[in-house]
Amino acid sequence: MAEELIRRTAAELAGALTRREVSSVEVTRAHLDRIAAVDGTRDADGVATGPGVHAFLHVSAESALAEAAFVDAARAAGETLPPLAGVPIAVKDVMTTRGVPTTCGSRILTGWVPPYDATVVRKLKESRLVLLGKTNMDEFAMGSSTEHSAYGPTRNPWDPTRIPGGSGGGSAAALAAFEAPLATGTDTGGSIRQPASVTGTVGVKPTYGAVSRYGLVALASSLDQAGPCARTVLDTALLHAVMAGHDPRDSTSLSDPVPDVVAAATTMDVSGMRIGVVRELHGDAENGSGYQAGVLRRFDEAVEALVDAGAKVVEVSCPSFTTALAAYYLILPSEASSNLAKFDAMRYGLRVRPEGVSDPTAEQVMAASRAAGFGDEVKRRIILGAYALSSGYYDAYYGSAQKVRTLVQRDFAAAFAEADVLVSPTSPTTAFPLGAKLDDPLSMYLQDVATIPANLAGVPGMSLPAGLADEDGLPVGVQILAPARADDRLYRVGAVLEAALRGRWGGPLLDRIPEFPPLGG
Amino acid sequence: MTTTVAEPVRDYDEVTAAFDPVLGLEVHVELNTATKMFCGCTTIFGAEPNSQVCPVCLGLPGALPVLNEIGLESAIRIGLALNCTIAERCRFARKNYFYPDMPKNFQTSQYDEPIAFDGHLDVELDDGTTFRVPVERAHMEEDTGKSLHVGGATGRIHGADYSLVDYNRAGIPLIEIVTKPVEGAGERAPEIARAYVSALRDLLRGLRVSDVRMEQGSLRCDANISLRPKAAPGEDQSAVPFGTRSETKNVNSLRSVERAIRYEMTRQADRLLSGQRVVQETRHWHEDTGVTTSGRSKEEAEDYRYFPEPDLVPIVPDPARVEELRALLPEPPGVRRKRLQAEWGISDLEMRDVVNARAVELIEATITAGATAATARKWWTQELARQAKTSGVELADLPITPAQVAALQALVDAGTINDKLARQVLEGVLAGEGDPKDVVAARGLKVVSDDGALGNAVDRAIEANPEVAEKIRGGKVAAAGALVGSVMRDMRGQADAAKVRSLILARLAPGEADGNG
Repeated sequence: MAEELIRRTAAELAGALTRREVSSVEVTRAHLDRIAAVDGTRDADGVATGPGVHAFLHVSAESALAEAAFVDAARAAGETLPPLAGVPIAVKDVMTTRGVPTTCGSRILTGWVPPYDATVVRKLKESRLVLLGKTNMDEFAMGSSTEHSAYGPTRNPWDPTRIPGGSGGGSAAALAAFEAPLATGTDTGGSIRQPASVTGTVGVKPTYGAVSRYGLVALASSLDQAGPCARTVLDTALLHAVMAGHDPRDSTSLSDPVPDVVAAATTMDVSGMRIGVVRELHGDAENGSGYQAGVLRRFDEAVEALVDAGAKVVEVSCPSFTTALAAYYLILPSEASSNLAKFDAMRYGLRVRPEGVSDPTAEQVMAASRAAGFGDEVKRRIILGAYALSSGYYDAYYGSAQKVRTLVQRDFAAAFAEADVLVSPTSPTTAFPLGAKLDDPLSMYLQDVATIPANLAGVPGMSLPAGLADEDGLPVGVQILAPARADDRLYRVGAVLEAALRGRWGGPLLDRIPEFPPLGG
Repeated sequence: MTTTVAEPVRDYDEVTAAFDPVLGLEVHVELNTATKMFCGCTTIFGAEPNSQVCPVCLGLPGALPVLNEIGLESAIRIGLALNCTIAERCRFARKNYFYPDMPKNFQTSQYDEPIAFDGHLDVELDDGTTFRVPVERAHMEEDTGKSLHVGGATGRIHGADYSLVDYNRAGIPLIEIVTKPVEGAGERAPEIARAYVSALRDLLRGLRVSDVRMEQGSLRCDANISLRPKAAPGEDQSAVPFGTRSETKNVNSLRSVERAIRYEMTRQADRLLSGQRVVQETRHWHEDTGVTTSGRSKEEAEDYRYFPEPDLVPIVPDPARVEELRALLPEPPGVRRKRLQAEWGISDLEMRDVVNARAVELIEATITAGATAATARKWWTQELARQAKTSGVELADLPITPAQVAALQALVDAGTINDKLARQVLEGVLAGEGDPKDVVAARGLKVVSDDGALGNAVDRAIEANPEVAEKIRGGKVAAAGALVGSVMRDMRGQADAAKVRSLILARLAPGEADGNG
């Protein structure tokens, strides 16, 4: 029963819960048992030890079971509950959770327990989802592998020697390892989509402003966007509907009504839709060298599947996308250097007294705490950003990057004049081995070459499984991009593609995942 | 602060003979909005430390700012009142620097896109002439928290055992008003600086956007001053390049503005005349000793790494709303003062007394409530001013309303009470005994005008003062005053003096009685 429960989709679980075929306590316990079985252990400092997925930084077993029991009681009392009531969910550790530790994968937030819930978390609670715990991530969402987590990397359930993507590798791995049916993510340059791609799961970065950023610990304010992660397009849509909506606490929040993404995920019709293949993101242009052959093969098949479903394919060109990565790596560190200034040991988090100073000043304590509390990648980006913003360099760096950003927006506008959605491989490669790119930040950054343009322009994007690469048998993701505020198109196209590729692969891709090596085995 | 060695200074006349001063004034105004600039926290002055805070103004991870719309409107109104252009579109920026009382380690401020720019303020000087101070910009920002350094001798960070931070002030809306370099002030630079801050304070008070209390820090002034050589006769002074400036902080009263600038001019002049250079730096004004001392040098200026605030959307004021706000602006204080002075028919000197007593609004309201200009002014600038001084409160804070003052005067005019009784009624009102008529009733202070009672008192007075009575009978009508005084004493002041006088004259000099009784 438990083994069967954890493999169900959120939609299936919601149906079974509504029909009272199963209780939320049973569903929750099944997932907590699964976490206990495969996630592994952590030492007193929270650092991963021994084998295991290590998707979770914190598991709230007690409060999860308590909330599940409340939901069951409410249902038994005949209350009308929201659609996903009683379904468990994992929350990325970048979202503040009242009374539950929030670290952002950083040593500097060790021991911090937020006094408030992020708007997204509040919405999950109001929709009566059951919060299982907080998932691992690259420190402050800086990275594409979760190796930059101060608490040790998460392992890819397809192959424990490989990365699960990042920064949201914890959420993606939790889904692929059947530790949770739903998870939240945030995507600043691909942190939802790339982990989805390399774990064979689905993730959506909504239109900028569609989901409130209140309570998301900011990496780069103008790029960050929270979104849903799941194993199917429909589940992703169900979670999207819960998370999105205007929030008066976020000035950049959109006031438009949320597009009906759930309806779009069940339309199952793309006939006549124009699918734009972006030349610059297809690997045969200048960027070609970085794309794995198996990735391109699965991508081409996905495009064919859409054609078979009645869509029309057009090739579009977005020349600015080749410089988008460079612009992104100026804008992101600039904003991050300022956003991360608040971590100064004065009000919360880690405080370190400088060594060899008997009577340290506040500045010395700040410096010592930041030196000890931030990892190398965070320091690298803070230094990059502080440099890019400094007087005399601002125009050349930040100013120029903003101009590129405008060009990227124009390229998108032109492309969407010719196509209803754009498609590309999500990531140039499948999951790479742990440690392979740690000493080469630039090659790590290149993981996000196809996902970054959407963040720069604020448009929505989805990654969904396209199959397994021939050469390594690992999942490949296909990315769909839509115009701003047309998030529903992602689901309309995504659902059709998902169904078509399942036909080709004989069922959900995750049915093919090897059983995760048992702990201590 | 360690003991400061007083720096040499020059005689002021020597300074102004050799140099032309250029002023620059930066005034920070705390708005009196009910909530902070970017969150819903209250802004009550003097509340328990850290009792008016939330995730936003504490800069907790994940919190986001939302602009206070009232704060924005206040900024626009200030800009309009300063004759500024209001930006069609502007943004906030982040000013990045580390300091423990800054929760986010950046201040949300405006940088190259202020809400208001290119204005001026006409300032009236002591001799009645007007000087136009050019205004560069007025921009919005948030205040920081307040550090309290505990231990050590001076209350300053150096030598303190530890420091406490109160974040109640963090996020309170501030408007920073910056002048352009003020040229042509000459030897009147200190006076012009004071008059500018004073005029600005009046203007802000009239707009009702701030408490403008310098002593509480809701209006703070930084004074920049530089000296340049005086141009030779017939040459263009404005063609002479500016000198190096110093910026003086902690200038917390109007008098200090004038003194600090005057001091800085004499200090800078000494350096220049003795062959040294002026260091570009921040200086700290000491009210007690009347000198400035060097703070941090600005020559290795901090790089604030400004960039547009990505957590806030650009501000695009609705032009129709801006015009509406412009139309609703109060009359400028200078214009209004001139109009009232003419209406009240008083001299420049008398008007200045009224202004200095902060009685303009009170007198105006008293007149509106029915009093004449002369009586309203008399009450507020004399008896009530004395009461305020005795109790050590602002005139406006006395527990009496302009309507009550007008009601009091109406009782006098109707003859119900006389001037002497009126003062007693006033005391009753100030003591919280109610409106003037209530005090009159409760204390039984009504003037006695009953002929019988007064007649008996008059008879007693004549009897008691036969010599005076004889003088009056002999035609010395002026001597009646002594008998009036005697009757008033007898009646404990509660007599209608005019009536008493006419009764006396009717008895002793019937030909002089005017029949008013």
